[in-house]
Amino acid sequence: MSDRIDVAKTYKLFVGGAFPRSESGRTYQVTDSSGKFLANAAQASRKDGRDAVAAARKGFGGWASATAYNRGQVVYRVAEMLEGRRAQFAALLHDTEGTEESAAKNTVDAAVDRLVHFAGWTDKIAAVFGSSNPVAGPYFSFSTPEPTGVVAALAPQNDSLLGLVSVIAPIICSGNSVVLIASETRPLPAITLAEVFATSDLPGGVVNILTGSPAEIMPWLASHADVNALDLTGATGDQRIEWEAAAAGTVKRVYSPTGTDFSAAPGTGRMRAFLETKTVWHPTGAVSLSGGGSY
Amino acid sequence: MTTASAAQPLQWDYAPAPESAAIGRIKPRYQPYINGHFVDGGGVDDVTINPGTEEALATVSQCDDANVDAAVKAARTGYDKYWSKLSGAERGKYLFRIARAIAERSRELAVVETLDNGKPIKESRDVDVPTAAAHFFYHAGWADKLQHAGLGAHPQPLGVAGQVIPWNFPLLMAAWKIAPALAAGNTVVIKPAETTPLSLLVLAEIFAEADLPPGVVNILTGAGDVGSALVNHPGVDKVAFTGSTNVGKKIQASLAGTGRKLTLELGGKAANIVFDDAPIDQAVEGIVNGIFFNQGHVCCAGSRLLVQESIAEEVLAKLKDRIGTLRLGNPMDKNTDIGAINSAAQLARITALADTGEGEGATRWTSSCAIPDRGFYFPPTIFSNVSQSMRISREEIFGPVLSVLTFRTPDEAIAKANNTPYGLSAGVWTEKGSRILGMAGALKAGVVWANTFNRFDPTAAFGGYKESGFGREGGLSGLAAYLRPELEA
Repeated sequence: MSDRIDVAKTYKLFVGGAFPRSESGRTYQVTDSSGKFLANAAQASRKDGRDAVAAARKGFGGWASATAYNRGQVVYRVAEMLEGRRAQFAALLHDTEGTEESAAKNTVDAAVDRLVHFAGWTDKIAAVFGSSNPVAGPYFSFSTPEPTGVVAALAPQNDSLLGLVSVIAPIICSGNSVVLIASETRPLPAITLAEVFATSDLPGGVVNILTGSPAEIMPWLASHADVNALDLTGATGDQRIEWEAAAAGTVKRVYSPTGTDFSAAPGTGRMRAFLETKTVWHPTGAVSLSGGGSY
Repeated sequence: MTTASAAQPLQWDYAPAPESAAIGRIKPRYQPYINGHFVDGGGVDDVTINPGTEEALATVSQCDDANVDAAVKAARTGYDKYWSKLSGAERGKYLFRIARAIAERSRELAVVETLDNGKPIKESRDVDVPTAAAHFFYHAGWADKLQHAGLGAHPQPLGVAGQVIPWNFPLLMAAWKIAPALAAGNTVVIKPAETTPLSLLVLAEIFAEADLPPGVVNILTGAGDVGSALVNHPGVDKVAFTGSTNVGKKIQASLAGTGRKLTLELGGKAANIVFDDAPIDQAVEGIVNGIFFNQGHVCCAGSRLLVQESIAEEVLAKLKDRIGTLRLGNPMDKNTDIGAINSAAQLARITALADTGEGEGATRWTSSCAIPDRGFYFPPTIFSNVSQSMRISREEIFGPVLSVLTFRTPDEAIAKANNTPYGLSAGVWTEKGSRILGMAGALKAGVVWANTFNRFDPTAAFGGYKESGFGREGGLSGLAAYLRPELEA
């Protein structure tokens, strides 16, 4: 035992690129896998949820209209920053989940690699999921994928880093913004990852992370008219029923997978779940480029 | 009025040009189609009427819960026993057969559709039926190419698809739903609207003639209760619904937590935006087509006209002149532009909602066209001096009623266009290419028509943002709604 006193950390929320305390002033105790006290985390309220949605809406415009190249660079930058903190996150996983050291390192590496994977998707989404449409008639018609908007996501409860990254990356790589509720019992990797986001050129509001009770905050996000989609990865069966039903009030897109194995190849389902397809038609005219009625 | 629009509408004395109802070969009684057979439903018989004349058209045997159960079981058996065992190439051949048969019986189908729905024969003949055939033809070609659909090497069907379609495009909606489901390898249980079941039951004859294996497509007749039993049946793996936003919300809520795949194509309140540099005469044609096509019974109808202020008077005057030439009346007449409202109930809804427009202070203009004594008809109607808060500019009227608003800048047009819970479609009229692309990008709508309106094609995705639903029909994304990647949950 060293005789140095630890500088105990107070974990806060991540909203709009800043690290506020919960407006409610509440915190809750985070323990390790054996029940030993680790830290206090902010316990977000309904109002924090609403603030996060407002921040996400604000962040959405610029992020959605950023070039795909730019988004790819930013997501890659997140991977770079996480790479630089591998040791910290491995220790955090060891503390939080009781993961053995070598396995924890592998998990952090996989999380970095996942970010790199999605960084490479940003400028391929339009080509893979969009199309030029050979319609019958003198029209040019094309379909392009677009982000759906603000996504409220519940991180997996038991996979606090790789699962977390696997939820966030596909949501943001297409230009959505996200309000994410971290694992209730294992929030520290999430809020520490927020420090990575905050130093990664990611515009404020694109990723917002709340710690606290999903059961307390999620109902408000599920029925919030300015939330466009839900990702219920971390929800229980009863919660899925309740929140999917609440989402119906505003016809939100809902992605609600169960039993996801995040160590497997990620596939495209998580990206496609939060994409709109916009089809644009324009007359091409009947060869009359030199004037005359071409409509 | 400052323009020369004061002229009286011209009198068009066209000779009647009726299509023959006999071509429809309407039978006295129709039955649901379950497991490859036309069988009596367990419900009481209902009569479907011709909305153009209010005369009874045919009796239709209605389904009950036991029929729903039988149809879903048949679809499961059809899936396990036949459809999932076929190669994509063989599945495709069935779809090609169906496409061909629709084309061969196109005149009959057009007549049936017009008699049962009330839409003008020229629209059922030139739009509904050929586009339905095109959907089968397009998707037939997908059946053996699913590995190229962007979902990995071996995309899988979902199983049994439960589908509910509305009364505005009965045959076309059926084709939109059935063709991609079958191409992807699913089997189908589908329910048409209770007021328009006939064309789908003729399509069932085509399925039978095409030797489609039993249970691959099952057709349930009946009203909302049958639809509700279908979408909530535990044997259904995927639900696809086209209809009102209210019903869509109920379906989404009732499926919560089931893990069943769902796509919704719901209502709309599309903005049709006309800039001052638009080709005005073409724009007027597009506005007319946008709102009066199919009597305005179109979820993507251009029901909110946004005109740049500097040309508003001119556009409105030309619009009234043009609408004055539209011929309303017998849907079976080949010269009819505007046919009948599908039902008395829908006519009452349109009438009531239009009346609120006047109540809220908008200026009403109604075409002076003659209205037949019998049948359900609503004359083309325009409201000007409309504000965004009025019900007529917020709620889907689903009838030939246009609300006219104005704007000054592109930003204002975007703000007004997007100021709706819906997001299905939009129109932009301008000669400036960069403005078209800028507007198309900024509009929260799934389909944007630039210098045209109401175009549909099986190769082009169709579907909405926000409360207009989620999911697309047509194109890659429409096909993807009936597939899952092999390696994903």
